[in-house]
Amino acid sequence: MSKEDYEIVIGLEVHSELSTNTKIFCSCPTDFGGEPNTHCCPICMAMPGTLPVLNEEVVKYAVKAGLATNCEIAIESKNDRKNYFYPDLPKAYQISQYDEPLCKKGYIEIDLGETKKKIGITRIHIEEDAGKLNHDPYGRGSLVDLNRAGVPLIEIVSEPDMRSAEEVDAYLKKLKSILEYIEVSDCKMQEGSLRADVNISIRKKGAKEFGTRTEMKNMNSFRSIVRAIEYEADRQIEIIDNGGKIEQETLRWDDVSGKTFQMRDKENAQDYRYFPDPDLIKFTVSKETQELIKESLPELPESRKKRYTEEYGISERDSNILVSSKYYSDLFEKANKISNNPKAVSNWIITEITRVINEKEIEQSEIPFSAEHLGELVILIDKGTISSSIGKKVLEELFENPRKPEEIIKEKGWIQISDENVIEEIVVSVLDANPQSIADFKAGKDRALGFLVGQAMKQSKGKANPQMLNSRFIELINNKY
Amino acid sequence: MEIYELSVSEIIKKLKARELTTTEVVNAYFKRIEEVEPKVDAFLTLTKEDALKRAEELQKKLDNNEKLGTLFGVPIAIKDAICTNGVRTTSGSKMLENFVSPYDATVIEYLKKEDAIIVGKTNLDEFAMGSSTEHSAFKTTKNPYNLTRTPGGSSGGSAAAVASYMVPCALGSDTGGSVRQPASLCGVVGLKPTYGLVSRYGLIAYASSFDQIGAFTRNVEDLTLVMNTIIGTDEKDSTSIEREKEDYTKFLVNDVKNIKIGVPKEFYGEGLKPEIKESVLKAAEKFKEMGATVEECSLNIADYCLATYYIVACAEASSNLARFDGIRYGYRSPNATNLKDLYKKTRREGFGEEVKRRIFLGTAVLSSGYSNKYYSKAQEARNAIKAQFAECFKKYDFILTPTSPCEAFKFGEKTDDPLEMYLADIYTVPINTAGVPAISIPCGYTESGLPIGMQLIGNYFSEGKMIQTAYSYEQNTNWNKKPEFKED
Repeated sequence: MSKEDYEIVIGLEVHSELSTNTKIFCSCPTDFGGEPNTHCCPICMAMPGTLPVLNEEVVKYAVKAGLATNCEIAIESKNDRKNYFYPDLPKAYQISQYDEPLCKKGYIEIDLGETKKKIGITRIHIEEDAGKLNHDPYGRGSLVDLNRAGVPLIEIVSEPDMRSAEEVDAYLKKLKSILEYIEVSDCKMQEGSLRADVNISIRKKGAKEFGTRTEMKNMNSFRSIVRAIEYEADRQIEIIDNGGKIEQETLRWDDVSGKTFQMRDKENAQDYRYFPDPDLIKFTVSKETQELIKESLPELPESRKKRYTEEYGISERDSNILVSSKYYSDLFEKANKISNNPKAVSNWIITEITRVINEKEIEQSEIPFSAEHLGELVILIDKGTISSSIGKKVLEELFENPRKPEEIIKEKGWIQISDENVIEEIVVSVLDANPQSIADFKAGKDRALGFLVGQAMKQSKGKANPQMLNSRFIELINNKY
Repeated sequence: MEIYELSVSEIIKKLKARELTTTEVVNAYFKRIEEVEPKVDAFLTLTKEDALKRAEELQKKLDNNEKLGTLFGVPIAIKDAICTNGVRTTSGSKMLENFVSPYDATVIEYLKKEDAIIVGKTNLDEFAMGSSTEHSAFKTTKNPYNLTRTPGGSSGGSAAAVASYMVPCALGSDTGGSVRQPASLCGVVGLKPTYGLVSRYGLIAYASSFDQIGAFTRNVEDLTLVMNTIIGTDEKDSTSIEREKEDYTKFLVNDVKNIKIGVPKEFYGEGLKPEIKESVLKAAEKFKEMGATVEECSLNIADYCLATYYIVACAEASSNLARFDGIRYGYRSPNATNLKDLYKKTRREGFGEEVKRRIFLGTAVLSSGYSNKYYSKAQEARNAIKAQFAECFKKYDFILTPTSPCEAFKFGEKTDDPLEMYLADIYTVPINTAGVPAISIPCGYTESGLPIGMQLIGNYFSEGKMIQTAYSYEQNTNWNKKPEFKED
């Protein structure tokens, strides 16, 4: 049978670090980085006799995430212990939630080109992150850094509702943007504050039963997730096609070889011996508190998108790109407020800024300049102070050494030439040098005008006002030649 | 009278009256310790230098007429399961043989704030698991009344230290009887408060939902002073209960006229030594004489209580003790070749037999496929036990039982048969299972001169009235024979 005869079934478990100031069970800071073992105390180092106390902010953040993904919020909830040994887990159990998650039965809607699809959220629960192992590159051993131990996490478990790598990509992007919008997580994948376990199985199209699934652990880039899904689906199809059986197992994706490898099989599945943590008491989130949290939620991407298309006339496609990330959307809103030119701001973000961050391989959150800078840049172009090609140079400069665009153009001498005499001089000299183009233009070849303007721009090092050049060329050719 | 014979309240009085200095007090106790400790072996660590330094500071406080704490200048011993900043805290285990705690338990903070003087850390069964202190990795503590017998456990060191006048008071912890049973076997007063009354922060956990720090003294009045110091809501312990602090000294009233006492027949049946039964029933008669209402009642939980306790407590213990893995602190096996091996060998070499037994049991009852049959079922049984107690407390203020079915037993007598050892806690375990408070007070001696204790069990937060009831009995009896350190 061919690949087209199969359907891929995918469910995701996404772990997201919450951006509360302090850890989930003690008052250590949650900041990323820092010298190893400096964001620790007897509690998060699991010293004998210490006890956890639940950080109420964590509950609030998780409830926000639940409400933003249309979940039911439990009024009473508890913490459970998940027992296993690993050097990065100081208590040798992780405090998590087992059978009574804080949020359940939600969904989010993803955009697939023209169509939309609802992806079910099974549950969202709170838990603590583990520390980190730093392996000595020379094999002399491993060092434990507990700075991350006890940083709050939410685990968002989806229904097995996704059918392709594209759907997974759309789901993750949507989820990431929601978490950013409600400001519960900074979702920095390279810092591990958003990571996903991917459950994948295949079945013949039309089949009702799910196939046996495999799980790929701890994926932390969109690109690897898409690649891994494609690889793993193909691997499973090949096994089935050759009359084999899929084993339930946990896999590790290797980005370098582009393959999955077995971490452990079903027989070696861990028995976590969950039980309610006797050191913690049940906690409640009353209906009233839920309402208050609901009211405090900021505007979500769906609603922003609607505004962009309806009020600003920005295309559906561009609006989607803008709202897909809170950084973009916020940048857009602020820059637009200053420049009052939504379409121009949107274009700058979607084409130029995106191009530069792709080239530099940086995250949107790492854009070094402010929305004010972008807004001022758009104003300078609108006013004719600079041309849009100079604008691009200003943008590059903003990435290198962010400061007011006006300062940049002054410093660099990039102010647009709009002096009629100077324009005249340039136009005349270009015309003198290109008689053939004049003839071509007269013969009706519009392209010749473009060439002439291009030459003039070159001569003026991009500073001449292109509109003025344009009209002056036409006037002169028609009147004088 | 020797200084070391003074009670807690007498020490405070004499210090304030300038009849004694804090240094004199501390020196007197250390002199006594030097005499008696070689026979009793109650301590794992002595902190003489710190204690003398503290004594000097406190004397200055007194000389400067500063405000003085509730335990001003009182020497106290601490069970070595309670963390003390900068002082070795072993929990009786090889696993923590050289562990120096980087912080103070909340009760230690309170003691320091109220001007008590810590003289040392006392021996215990490893990780508080046991009823004889024989399971300590370091030494065997002897019963001051008969050095061939155990002091009970797990807080045997604290009980023996108080009984032998090496300190006037001590802290212990009680998960299934570990304060009351050794108090009973050593002829001192021991209280296990309501679960949540005293902060557990800094108590090295055995079974979190049972553990509670308690106190040993030689009389009830002294107990009120220690209790006044250690109780209180603690934001570091989620299970500590928010409640206004009571002043227990207000309950030092010799009056039981309105007290109703139930005597549950199930606690006086098979397995109870006749001598002990007789003593406790005599105490019941005494209460009647003193004007209390005393009735026989029924509390039918003995059949499943021990099983319930050992399932839930060991389940919690298996998880609580998982952190002793050789990675961050404590013992690490020098013989390991890889990570898995490190875990295995560290834990095999670092834990004693009894601890391993309970970890195995706890791991088994939480395992997938067994958890529902054992752990969940035991939790149901636990609720049933609580309900039975609640039923009893509708009719009675207190329930009177023996503390232990037997007097201090000989070394090795019960170590070969764990079940036999577990039965030593048959009367004390139900109390922790329900979370209610109970006190053990002396009520007689066996023919061979060993102390007998009785247990008063009360409803949640009934410590005040419980103290009054115990105090009244104490005022009307005279069970304060000094230990003779007999050697046969």
